[in-house]
Amino acid sequence: MSFLQRLFGRGKTEDLDPQDQRTADTAPLDPDRSEITPVEDIRRHVLFGSAQSVGVERDHNEDALFVLLLNASGFDAIPDFGLFVVADGMGGHRSGERASAISVQTVARRVTQETLLRLFEEDDRANLPALHELLREALEEANRSVVELVPGGGTTLTAAVLLGEQLTIGHVGDSRAYLVQNGTTEVITRDHSLVERLRELGQLTPDEAATHPQRNVLYRAIGQGDNLEVDVFTQPVPRGGHVLLCSDGLWGEVADEEILRIISSTTDLQQACEELVRAANAAGGPDNITAVLVQFPPPAT
Amino acid sequence: MRRQTRALNTEETSEFGQLQPGVTLQDRYLILGVLGTGGMGSVYKGRDLHFPNVTKLVAVKEMINMATDPTMHEMVVRNFEREADLLATLSHPSIPRIYDYFTHDRSSYLVMEFIEGRDLEAILRGSDDFLAEEQVVAWAIELCDVLHFLHGHKPQPVVFRDMKPSNVMIDQHGHIRLIDFGIARVFQPGEKGTMIGTEGYSPPEQYRGEASPAGDLYALGATLHHLLTRRDPRSEPPFSFAERPIREINPGVSPEVEGVIDGALAYDPKDRYQNSEGFKNALMVAAKKTGLLNSRQTSAALQPRNEVEALWQFECEDEIRGTPAVWEGKVYVGCYDNNVYCLDADDGEFLWKYATEGGIAATPVIDDGVLYVASEDHRLYALTAEGGRLLWTYYAEGPLRSTPSAVEGHIFFGSDDNHLHVVNTATGRRAWRVEAADAIRCQPLVAEERVYFGCESGDFYCVDFRGEIKWRFRAKRAITSSPILVDKMLYFGSMDWTLYALEAEGGWQVWRFRLGGPTIATPAFHEGRLFTGSADGNIYALEARNSREAWRFETEHQVNSSPVIHEDSLYSGSVDGSLYCLDIRSGRKRWKFTTGNAITGSAVVSQNILYFGSTDHRVYAMLT
Repeated sequence: MSFLQRLFGRGKTEDLDPQDQRTADTAPLDPDRSEITPVEDIRRHVLFGSAQSVGVERDHNEDALFVLLLNASGFDAIPDFGLFVVADGMGGHRSGERASAISVQTVARRVTQETLLRLFEEDDRANLPALHELLREALEEANRSVVELVPGGGTTLTAAVLLGEQLTIGHVGDSRAYLVQNGTTEVITRDHSLVERLRELGQLTPDEAATHPQRNVLYRAIGQGDNLEVDVFTQPVPRGGHVLLCSDGLWGEVADEEILRIISSTTDLQQACEELVRAANAAGGPDNITAVLVQFPPPAT
Repeated sequence: MRRQTRALNTEETSEFGQLQPGVTLQDRYLILGVLGTGGMGSVYKGRDLHFPNVTKLVAVKEMINMATDPTMHEMVVRNFEREADLLATLSHPSIPRIYDYFTHDRSSYLVMEFIEGRDLEAILRGSDDFLAEEQVVAWAIELCDVLHFLHGHKPQPVVFRDMKPSNVMIDQHGHIRLIDFGIARVFQPGEKGTMIGTEGYSPPEQYRGEASPAGDLYALGATLHHLLTRRDPRSEPPFSFAERPIREINPGVSPEVEGVIDGALAYDPKDRYQNSEGFKNALMVAAKKTGLLNSRQTSAALQPRNEVEALWQFECEDEIRGTPAVWEGKVYVGCYDNNVYCLDADDGEFLWKYATEGGIAATPVIDDGVLYVASEDHRLYALTAEGGRLLWTYYAEGPLRSTPSAVEGHIFFGSDDNHLHVVNTATGRRAWRVEAADAIRCQPLVAEERVYFGCESGDFYCVDFRGEIKWRFRAKRAITSSPILVDKMLYFGSMDWTLYALEAEGGWQVWRFRLGGPTIATPAFHEGRLFTGSADGNIYALEARNSREAWRFETEHQVNSSPVIHEDSLYSGSVDGSLYCLDIRSGRKRWKFTTGNAITGSAVVSQNILYFGSTDHRVYAMLT
């Protein structure tokens, strides 16, 4: 026997005889099913992407970011839970990066401590602290920490908590949360900038606001002193749509229509975020850029 | 661009150094010390040496001209001169007298009357308590007088442009003195300059460079708001006074005075007092407390109806505690005399009644031509809605005080036997039931194959159509209020003084609002707002999105009724015996109709007619 035969314990397969017309037996098709329709029952989950960049003009990044996303399915599974936070720090001598980092960590810690693990407790579930109060306290605690630990430093902070079908947002400053669905973008947070206030009151047009010399002046930010006023609100999750959280390094440079185009152009959320960041840098990148993009599957039919 | 984290800076210290004590200007004015620093230089306490035998004190206001460009320099000098000229011509007890004006090097100096006293900002700093309302109103009236004087100046009105606490001094006689005319300008209508004036107190139009006498009135309102609430408007978003109602922060302020100040703070100048006389008169009226202040926002729609009459009334034999139902021209109402009455909706004519064996607290429900009545005799009755003929009865094991819900061929209702019963409407037989921790007295909410209801122990349940409990929430006291579901959020009240907002899928508490007392009313939802009543006597309007109160309306006793909304009005009864009609946007009363006794049930609207019952035994119908 050849070496191979000893190794494999059998001979080569016979060469097929080209004259052999036999085919294998197959089961006959069910006459009642003329075509086979594939069953598509794929459960889709909430997904996210994120990207950051120092920008073109700055030499370090004072933005901070936190993302936590939980998906579970099964009988009586806990609902989707998520926490997405973006913060844009300011103040000289690197106070900005400390202020934004401390704030994001404080908020992330408070919110996850009081909600995440409790989601698993049958009885505790119904006794989660009210989200509005929790978010407000978390941002207030971040404020106290920054005032104490980073004098002269400040930061914006926009946090979105996803719980089941509701999105609750705690917000201070001029980072933004956008709702992107049905081919439109809508800013759902309020910029706490002087210029935005004037625009709201009809004293400035949106174009005047965009080029106003004081457009970066904020009247509310974390770290400015006691008595922080936090915007907290809840709205239903945009089924089939997206939520974008970003610092002004992004929205200040990339127009809403461009944001919409980029998000709609790909199903790859990570790619979309990187593209958004690239667009902001291409426009000059005067500031740090942060983007977090969350996608919500359409409702099950 | 480096970002500033604070609103526009107020003062910046002069960099040229202040005059030291001992320096003499013009061989006449001896500088004794610094009184304060302003945007353009310091104000010094000085002594006029031309009066050697006495200490004649003066205030010396320094204005440093930092412009290097000759044209600019010239313009700045002219601006200083203008202030001096202006002050020289103004003669009023509240305006400091000016004695002299001169220029020296890069600076100009105004020599003025020295005022012994403190400015209002210092007075606020000097105490932690709220200032007395009467005192603030007295100052306000004096400020109106000086503004009246300035605005009435001939040939052109003078606009102060910088009204704020630090520019008002209280002298040793307790009278106000307006100081710092640095930016006061003779008013030229149509002229626009750059924004000037202090952020927080300045009106919106001043940001566009339009400074007019109306702006001074806004700034006065802002100043009074600050004085009464101790909340500095510079620390708040601009023009957001409406978000900080005075009485919410300082309940010691009378509603009349709050109303006057609110009138000055409208951000459209057309909506403010048109002159300081108007503002002053309003203050005086409020001060004398001679009656309520008229609302400046009265429009035709809000004109109160003086005579409101019922279309018809019908008297039953006992209290009507619940809510009527309307179907095809007929009104159905349960009464504590054990009967359910059927009346003609147009004229209240009695059609028929059906006797049960217990009181009827629940609202009758009509579905598919069948009338369902829940009675305290433990039975649910199914009658023909047309004629009141009995179809079947269902027995629970305790009194029924819960209004049923008819959905998809089944009727859902709770009982004092601690169960939620689900009965097949075709057969009258129970399909299934679920046990709760205590009596169920609310109307269960059935939506998307889930049933939501609370019970008297404070537990709230979400149950599926097989009777399985999906989740459970616990309030601290009974939940007698029925839940409503809007955009996947559940809202209901509890006797623990709270209105809860839960995420419907898992029962997570998203927010809650603390009322002034227990509530059993079922909330109503309209255009983003939730409305409910409480035993604290108030009807509340809350923003559902951010859980903030929009308004509240006070009645004279508990509000147990659930509010009903029709067009732009909200209707609610009160235990004070009246049915109130409020404007839904503002919460202002349009009219009220008084019955003989407490109203504990709610109203129902059909074809623009409002129907409700009272414990005075009557059913009323009114035009909306």
